[in-house]
Amino acid sequence: MSLHATGIRVRYGHRDALRGVTLHARAGEVMAIVGPNGSGKSTLLGAITGTVPHEGRVMLNGRDVIGQKPWALAAQRAVLPQTSQLAFPFSVIEIVRMGLQSGTAGDRPGVALHALRRVGLDGYADRPFQDLSGGEAQRVMLARVLAQVWAPVAHGQPRWLLLDEPVASLDIAHQLQVMQIARDFADAGGGVIAVMHDLNLSALFADRIAVLADGQCIATGTPREVLTDAMLSRAYGCTLRVSALPTADVPFILPHAATA
Amino acid sequence: MAMISELQAPPRDRLSRARTLHWALVGLLAVCSLASLQVGATDITLTTLLGKLATGETLGRMERVVLLDIRLPRLALGALVGAALAVSGAAMQGLFRNPLADPGIVGVGAGAGLGAILAIVLGALLPAWAVGTVGNQLVPVAAFLGGWGSTILLYRVSTRGGRTSVATMLLAGIALGALAGALSGILVYIADDTQLRDLTFWGLGSLAGASWAKVLAAGPLIALSLGAALMLGRGLNGLALGEATAAHIGIDVQRMKNIAILAVAGATGAAVAVSGGIGFIGIVVPHLLRLASGPDHRALLLNSALLGASLLILADVIARVVIAPAELPIGIVTAVLGAPVFLWILLRRRGLVDT
Ligand SMILES: Nc1ncnc2c1ncn2[C@@H]1O[C@H](COP(=O)(O)OP(=O)(O)OP(=O)(O)O)[C@@H](O)[C@H]1O
Ligand SMILES: [Mg+2]
Repeated sequence: MSLHATGIRVRYGHRDALRGVTLHARAGEVMAIVGPNGSGKSTLLGAITGTVPHEGRVMLNGRDVIGQKPWALAAQRAVLPQTSQLAFPFSVIEIVRMGLQSGTAGDRPGVALHALRRVGLDGYADRPFQDLSGGEAQRVMLARVLAQVWAPVAHGQPRWLLLDEPVASLDIAHQLQVMQIARDFADAGGGVIAVMHDLNLSALFADRIAVLADGQCIATGTPREVLTDAMLSRAYGCTLRVSALPTADVPFILPHAATA
Repeated sequence: MAMISELQAPPRDRLSRARTLHWALVGLLAVCSLASLQVGATDITLTTLLGKLATGETLGRMERVVLLDIRLPRLALGALVGAALAVSGAAMQGLFRNPLADPGIVGVGAGAGLGAILAIVLGALLPAWAVGTVGNQLVPVAAFLGGWGSTILLYRVSTRGGRTSVATMLLAGIALGALAGALSGILVYIADDTQLRDLTFWGLGSLAGASWAKVLAAGPLIALSLGAALMLGRGLNGLALGEATAAHIGIDVQRMKNIAILAVAGATGAAVAVSGGIGFIGIVVPHLLRLASGPDHRALLLNSALLGASLLILADVIARVVIAPAELPIGIVTAVLGAPVFLWILLRRRGLVDT
């Protein structure tokens, strides 16, 4: 079972944001999408989730997403946007429960509270969302997403977490916590696609990494295959030194110079 | 995964509290309705009524006419209009993600106003036989058509490729409102004094012309529209997180927009047609309810219907008694009571508006 996006093209006006990107994510794996600002990572997630008009085909668990009802898709995948917004003073638990309402297997009492506990926000249930710090707000949104697809496998089908920069405004401990949540979800049989800027975290937690640059996917592979000096300077246009983590067999990236 | 059952529900569940509020508001509606039946030029107190029923004495002819042909249709119309305006307000605020949106935002108000003015000013030019047939139904019908016409226009302008942009709708609504205002201005310019008076009173709103005919004309459309709007609760909640997230959690956003716009145009259009311009109910009622029991639309919409109906009936009672035996336009009452409440809310809860 997989999430397969083929030949995705997106145009904004006269500019191509994505020029034929193909991405193949497998259930049981964490796939990281990395690349410079504006390279099209969020646009790619938008195309996969159907909110950005695009050309190309997206197959989710072997079925074309076109023609599937919004609630049927919501039962198979949950999406964390890069930025969140909220009108009206909803409380934390009310927001987390919004993810539950798709009326499927995830809709069991207590899931929302468990999701909050999972992101380390025990006791936040009745706080107004608007009063939260940036990182807390982001974790609430992650809890909402987790609650929506609480069981990584439902009816024999894997479910998917699509996360756009899930750790962007989190402290180091919570970055690790959230990446571990993604890892556990995949290990339990679900699929995860996460847009990342932190290459070291990606190397630690992702099974595979796709590198996007200028609307194209320039590399896909394991962290060791993809995270090389040459590939990174090509993608980011700056010099990075890749060594190996002494304790584990994963690449470790040190910033070196601002130009390639 | 951890045990699901070990966790208790959170201490304060605002949704269940909001649902308890349904019953309190039903009580309020009953109280307001009884007051509305009793108050007026002829006193028919509940005690006399119950006394007569208990002793088997029949109602006097006069009492029966006042009760059944004057007060009851007026009560029904007030409840329908109040519920229509308040639910439309709540739905539009949810759709536009802005607590300041009011039912008129889909262009109903501007279009209905223009229609009414057209009917009042140009209706005088109709030949006598035509006035005989359409008679005093001309203004409501024209207001209704005007309201629908402008909503359809706004919808067309702001829908591209099957997607409706609420931002475009908001801007186009302002333009359309200005245009309708200018056209109305021209008509006001050529109107005579009686027509001007009619115009002014139409704009201030009134339930004075209530009749069973009006209840039967507006009732089914309002009921249908409210029924549709009441099903939007979950979708409007999701929309608070933005259109993309609403879609991600399984909401058919475009379908919801279509239903909301149709329901609001139907409910508000019918309400404005039978009662003229009544302000503030659509903004104040949902606001008060959000303060009382939170923003969850699954309870907010029904509570808005109940509180809107109650408050409009109450405003109508006040309109009838303050300068009795004459009547105040009800729009004046809702504005005089509603505007200060509204300002007070803004002062106390600035955060609600900044979001
Ligand atoms: N709605 C839009 N209209 C026009 N251009 C857009 C729109 N959304 C994105 N773009 C452009 O498309 C390109 C890709 O944007 P995208 O948001 O996918 O980048 P990204 O890889 O997610 O970047 P970041 O790391 O900053 O989040 C950018 O050049 C951006 O300016
Ligand atoms: Mg992005």
